[in-house]
Amino acid sequence: MKMSTSRIILTTIFALSILAISAQQISKPTIGPVLLKNATIYTVTQGIIEGDVLIEENLITKVGQDLDGGDALIVDCTGKRIYPGFMDSGCKIGLAEIGAVSLTQDFNELGSFTPHMKALTAVNPSSVHIPITRVNGVLTAFTIPAGGLFPGQGALINMHGYTPESMSAGFEGHLLNWPSSGRRHRWDRRTDEEIKKDKEKALKKLNEFWQSVSAYANISNPEGYKPQLETLKEVAKGQAKLLVEVNKKGDILDAITWVNENKVDAIFTGVAEGWRVADSLAKYEIPVITGPILDNPSRDSDRYDTPYSNAGKMAKAGVLVAIRTNESDNVRNLPFNAAFAANYGMGIEAAVEAITINPAKIFGVDDQLGSIEEGKQANLFVSDGDPFEMKTRITHVFINGYNIPIESRQTLLYDEFLERDPGLNIKD
Amino acid sequence: MIQTTQHIPWIFSITTLLVLVTMTGNIQGQEMGDVLIKNGTVITIEDGIKENTDILIRDGKIKQIGEGISITDIKTIDAEGKYVMPGIIDAHSHLGLDAVNEATNPVTAEVWVGDALNPYDVGLYRALAGGVTTAHAMHGSANAIGGQCETIKHRWGEMNPESWRMKDAPRTIKFALGENPMRVHGERNNVAPRTRMGMEQEFRRSFAAAKEYKKAKLTSTSSKNSQTPAYSLRLETLADILDGNVIIHCHSYRADEILMLMKVLEDYGVKDICFQHVNEGFKVAPELAEFGASASVFSDWWAYKFEVYYSTAYNATILTRNGVITSINSDSRELIRHLYHEAAKTQRYGDLTDNEALRLITINPAIQLGIDNRVGSIKVGKDGDIAIFDNHPLSIYATPVYTIVDGVVRFDIDEDPNDVRVDIDPKEEVPAFYESHIHDHELEGCMQGTEHSTHSH
Repeated sequence: MKMSTSRIILTTIFALSILAISAQQISKPTIGPVLLKNATIYTVTQGIIEGDVLIEENLITKVGQDLDGGDALIVDCTGKRIYPGFMDSGCKIGLAEIGAVSLTQDFNELGSFTPHMKALTAVNPSSVHIPITRVNGVLTAFTIPAGGLFPGQGALINMHGYTPESMSAGFEGHLLNWPSSGRRHRWDRRTDEEIKKDKEKALKKLNEFWQSVSAYANISNPEGYKPQLETLKEVAKGQAKLLVEVNKKGDILDAITWVNENKVDAIFTGVAEGWRVADSLAKYEIPVITGPILDNPSRDSDRYDTPYSNAGKMAKAGVLVAIRTNESDNVRNLPFNAAFAANYGMGIEAAVEAITINPAKIFGVDDQLGSIEEGKQANLFVSDGDPFEMKTRITHVFINGYNIPIESRQTLLYDEFLERDPGLNIKD
Repeated sequence: MIQTTQHIPWIFSITTLLVLVTMTGNIQGQEMGDVLIKNGTVITIEDGIKENTDILIRDGKIKQIGEGISITDIKTIDAEGKYVMPGIIDAHSHLGLDAVNEATNPVTAEVWVGDALNPYDVGLYRALAGGVTTAHAMHGSANAIGGQCETIKHRWGEMNPESWRMKDAPRTIKFALGENPMRVHGERNNVAPRTRMGMEQEFRRSFAAAKEYKKAKLTSTSSKNSQTPAYSLRLETLADILDGNVIIHCHSYRADEILMLMKVLEDYGVKDICFQHVNEGFKVAPELAEFGASASVFSDWWAYKFEVYYSTAYNATILTRNGVITSINSDSRELIRHLYHEAAKTQRYGDLTDNEALRLITINPAIQLGIDNRVGSIKVGKDGDIAIFDNHPLSIYATPVYTIVDGVVRFDIDEDPNDVRVDIDPKEEVPAFYESHIHDHELEGCMQGTEHSTHSH
């Protein structure tokens, strides 16, 4: 008798806990043909069009006026806008869950030379961050490892999928942290002399390592298991890109020389002082991923709006610029980073490009992503206004053709707690 | 490796220094200015929006608000097509402080950040360039009962720390719950509190001691036989809290610890509390409202530690809708540069009206600091603290163009000198370059001064 009572209680508790959990679950994305009618379409590559977009399976199959969608689900978009999904070209999404809990941080492997570490291996498709990010229109992100000289390979991922492979958006890229001659942060207590020595030491290590990589790349049948060298072979041959994190003016110039001498197909990232050397970056046609825009200046002597205006200054000089958040927690703020760049000299159109077609070009996926065009992946969103403005609502999100619910743990908590029930405990 | 084309530092900085000295004229005092702001769209906060309206500031105070105010011989700002709002108030900042944490004991009520004011921190100018005129310069969150804080006005250019204090602002003190004090004392130094149970007892022990101290002092004056207790600034301060003379600002995240502290305060009859950060405030919004506690939150910060994993950016909206007086703060860093944008986030994450959203960075933080009689709205008699934008301040395309403190223009976008430093290391060949500025939550914010090693990435 006792057993069965406790069993009933246990079963009830179990059933209740399932209910409690399901109340906090995000609805399942669905797939099927969808016709978005009567929208203002910000194609990014073909101007602004009034018309319809037809989504079939994973693709945008038609863009035009008065489209017939057959039995597609029709979404009236009168007064609304359609944009290609925004793309964060540098962040830690899926690799970092809770900042201060180190075992949830999967982006920084031990060692200075870990180019064989692959972000895609550790991307957690169930990260709570992912739905929180995509409901703001950020649908694709380049998520990156960090630390050491060669931290590993970043992965371009879509913000929906049940396995890392199904999230992959078709690009992985090697990273190099250029040895910095700057201070790490305000509490870096090294003397100027120590900083100089550290930089030279790191540069020597980099060059020695790169010699090995180049030598290895020229061997036709290498022996033994050398994952670090093997993985960088393509980069050394100029057949794969290398993303070089470099921020300080002098370091940027040194890095330009280095990539030219070594014939490396480079993308520069960070590039906080790009505005000081924008002409050199343009001259050598080095694309740049910069950000965060919402940041403090790098030097106390800098004008207060230096980080806001940097992207615009580089773009004006002719550099191909993409904007990143470099965030682990608030990748959702990508549009607002772009908006600040827009407001401080870049202009809205260029800022939209910097989070759509430009990163797609830089990562070599512009045949698939970055604009609203027939034949491209159906990664797009519908908004009731300018998606940079805070008042604007994102009303529909499609990733790879999947119709994504506008829900995240944060919206579910809002639904649950705006009018909590029960409210105040009744005391008497 | 030396940067040969860095050409700013010396001359500019010395010029800046001279300009600032000349501009402010009065190094020691708290300069009060006169200015007339013409034809702006005035967002008063407490009295609606007034189109084509002028504001006259005399001797640092708002003297007149109306149409067609005509006075010559006074600095005049043409605000036609611009938006004029009260200077932004940040209820949680650590800028302008040389020391933030006295992390040597779980209870350090005797210390005061007002002893460590640094008017040369360029972050203060950058905050001003974001429209912020008043900030609550706070002790850090290393201790259950931390140090006393200082409400400052961003009088950039004033060299004397004394002139940065907002005179007559009520006293405030920092409390802290949860992971930070547990990490610093329990985990690192192996002394209580190591748990949220231990946290409760720190407060009960401290208040009980203060009560005894008060009683002993009282008895010693009324009876010749008893001894005066040994003077303790720590107990004096705690006794002042019990007497309702100090506003508590408590770093907190989780719903359980928030409820715990309210219970302790109720037992000791302490009422005046603002919960800071309070990421799970939304879960206990009805209890906060009933207690009369206020909340000062981040717009969207979360996930930087476990106690903020179950956060929602809708926090400010839920709190406001449940009747809790709420503000949005920065904890300094770069967020203080765009609090107007942070406030606007409540219109993406929730549905606050323009005025409700702007209250989060004006009158509400003023109430939380006990200075709403002086600042936080545009009203005759209040301090002449004004922020002017070229666009509606809740628009993402808003740019702050003037910031005025006590009628003195402290930021003017057209007169920005680029390099504003006034305290320059003469041995520094070029100004230092810092690779990282954000993601330093522990280093730059609440936990500043508690770490001996570098941070974890």
